[in-house]
Amino acid sequence: MNFKHKYVFLFPGLFVLIGILIFPIIFTIRLSLSGWNSYTPEMNFIGITNYIRLFTDDPRFWESFFRLSFLSVSTVILQYIIGFALALMVWREIKFKRFFRVIFLIPMMTTPVIMTVIWRTFFHESLGPVNDLLGHIGIGPILWLSDPVIAKFTVIIVEVWQWTPFMFLLLLAGLLSLPKEPFLAAAIDGASSFRKFVYVTFPLMAPISIGAIIIRLIEASKIMDTVFVLTSGGPGTATETSSFYIYIKGLREFQMGYAATLSFTYLVIMIISLTIIAKVLTKLMIKE
Amino acid sequence: MKIIKTCLTAIISSVLIFSPMAYADKWSDQFPHIKATGDIPGECSYESMSKKNYKGKTLKINTHAVPVMGEPTALHAEQFAKLTGAKVDVTHTPAGDLYAKAMVPFQAGQAPYDIVFGFSNFINDWRRYLEPVPKKYVEMKQMQDVTPSHIGIASWDGVMYQFPVDGDRHYLKYRKDVIDNPKYQKKYKADTGKELRVPRTWKEYGEMAAYFNDWDWDGDGEKEYGSAEVMKKDDLMYAAFYSRSAAYSKNPKTPGGFFFDLETMKPLINNPGFVEALTDWVEATKYVPPGGINFGLGDEIGSFGGGQTLFSFSWDDAFVAAMQPDSPINNKVGAAQLPGAMKVWNRESNSWDEGFNQAPFFVWGWAVGVAKKSKEKEMAFDYLCFFANEANHQADIGIGRFGVNPFRDADFQADVWTQIGWDKDIAQSYVDTLAEMEKSKNRVFPLRVPGTFEFNAALATAAAKALAGQLSPQAALDEAAKQWEDILNRVGKDNVRKAYAVGVAMEDNKL
Repeated sequence: MNFKHKYVFLFPGLFVLIGILIFPIIFTIRLSLSGWNSYTPEMNFIGITNYIRLFTDDPRFWESFFRLSFLSVSTVILQYIIGFALALMVWREIKFKRFFRVIFLIPMMTTPVIMTVIWRTFFHESLGPVNDLLGHIGIGPILWLSDPVIAKFTVIIVEVWQWTPFMFLLLLAGLLSLPKEPFLAAAIDGASSFRKFVYVTFPLMAPISIGAIIIRLIEASKIMDTVFVLTSGGPGTATETSSFYIYIKGLREFQMGYAATLSFTYLVIMIISLTIIAKVLTKLMIKE
Repeated sequence: MKIIKTCLTAIISSVLIFSPMAYADKWSDQFPHIKATGDIPGECSYESMSKKNYKGKTLKINTHAVPVMGEPTALHAEQFAKLTGAKVDVTHTPAGDLYAKAMVPFQAGQAPYDIVFGFSNFINDWRRYLEPVPKKYVEMKQMQDVTPSHIGIASWDGVMYQFPVDGDRHYLKYRKDVIDNPKYQKKYKADTGKELRVPRTWKEYGEMAAYFNDWDWDGDGEKEYGSAEVMKKDDLMYAAFYSRSAAYSKNPKTPGGFFFDLETMKPLINNPGFVEALTDWVEATKYVPPGGINFGLGDEIGSFGGGQTLFSFSWDDAFVAAMQPDSPINNKVGAAQLPGAMKVWNRESNSWDEGFNQAPFFVWGWAVGVAKKSKEKEMAFDYLCFFANEANHQADIGIGRFGVNPFRDADFQADVWTQIGWDKDIAQSYVDTLAEMEKSKNRVFPLRVPGTFEFNAALATAAAKALAGQLSPQAALDEAAKQWEDILNRVGKDNVRKAYAVGVAMEDNKL
């Protein structure tokens, strides 16, 4: 049957797609070709001036991008390792299994901004409890938020604490869905726990792991709230990430046209780099 | 008949004589916020507002987060609603987002808020979207008492766009119990060979702050530190840097611009005066409390107000907070003008002029305006007039967390402050400091040009890099100056020059 009207049923979905995805992207591209700012609030056309500025005269954006790459990759690796370890722990038959599963999920259920405010209070160098406790054992004061190197690790600590539960949840779901047979076979062959993990659990978990890592990388590459609240990108520009920099240019300095240029460039870079990362991870983790 | 007449005269006279007091009692019973003064008669007093009827109307306000300015906005909104029958919706927004939250709808031609709070240096970007303050308010008695500097800050080319609700300047706050303490004066002299006194220069400030850093000089069992300053990027730190730069760079012999040379529009922020100030500031990172390099305004107020440091300089709030009855350093603090310098850069001769120089910085403060597209302009101006009426103003300026600071001549009377429990000498030093700043002929006013945010953000980022050790002071300020050139090219030199000329005229005492 040649049912031509079937395309009519696609329209609602298509309209939604155009409304929430295609239109904003096209609008952003158009905005990026304008000089919209606080003193000329109009969609004038200035060609690729903003792109030339970005690629020739804005090292701060590229610095923030490389900083973001470091922060997102390191936090996701740590989240994966810790999340996998926790998932393996509660996958086994242990006491209070359900209790631990809930406890491990609590950080993810809290509001990131509020938790970051609490972390900022913890890490306050002269009034916070962390340095106070360390002081009792003769350590510190550690400049958690005002040393350019340590501040990066403080951001990593908070991010890992907040988002490891997400990794834990995905990996635990993966573990619970694994078939029993390969493990029975390994047990019959007398494989040790370590060998079972290396040759059975890890390979079987690879597709789920790749999915979890990619999802977290996408999320981590948008890191904004933690940096905004914890360090405001400081000290200096030591913890400034791409999204925070775009926010500054767009909503602090009101350079809407230039911020759109940064956003679109960032989107393109992220699509390309995440595609490459996914391919590489697949090659490394999934053996045919 | 004569007795009846006498009695009637006595009754009428009593009513007339005591009526203001009766109103004061009546209103302060209902509104304890003004219990110290009661209602003070005026066009926007409690009594006057109670005669307005805005029932069925809604006033929408966007203000800062609680408490600074957010708390008094909400409090006066509640009072205004009770008096007039209006419904008042107050939205609280973090400081960093106030600009965009108003600007986005402004540019889209919408008015989601009738009243928008922001900073006084937004005026050039916002004024085209704000309704000028109507003549009847400008000519009111309560407005006649506003100091000329603050009228100037709220106006552009003689038109008032922002309703004065706050007055701001940066000045020095110090621990009187240390600086005036003979024991410490003797010790300091013995150890350094110098006098311990209110620092006259930034170099003296640095020496004293370094000396009183990292030891328990008030005997409370905790270490104290030299200075609390706003050093956090994007948290108003550029204002702190301008305060430190004014003495080195605002040369009364070279009028015509502090930030730019008005004639050529060449940025001046990387000249040796500014570099010297940034070098001092980098040095200051050694005598701030741990984490002080990340202090925003709130941290600075908490640190100095909590008795953690010897010095501080910024807005009035830290001083007023320190003087509140529940403060651990109540009546132990002093106020003085910002330190000066023993040399000032002369951009014409390209050399230092030796000799003492001091330049008060009239930093931006809280400002508020009514949206041009608002449908409730009359009610909005009435609310603002009520906010700043004399009874509310007197009550507000005594509460540090409110962020409402003196901007009227009447505020510069020591009695205003002794009435709320301040020591007489401290109150006198405070009002003298503020009054001297008003009289100064070598003042710096905030940058109020198109793209102000971009200029200040570029400067703040560069200064923050220097404070964090990422760049040297000269390299950091060269980077900022280069960015200022780029911004000038984008905005247009003539646009910026035209706007900057207004501020320069104020600095050069031509307005």
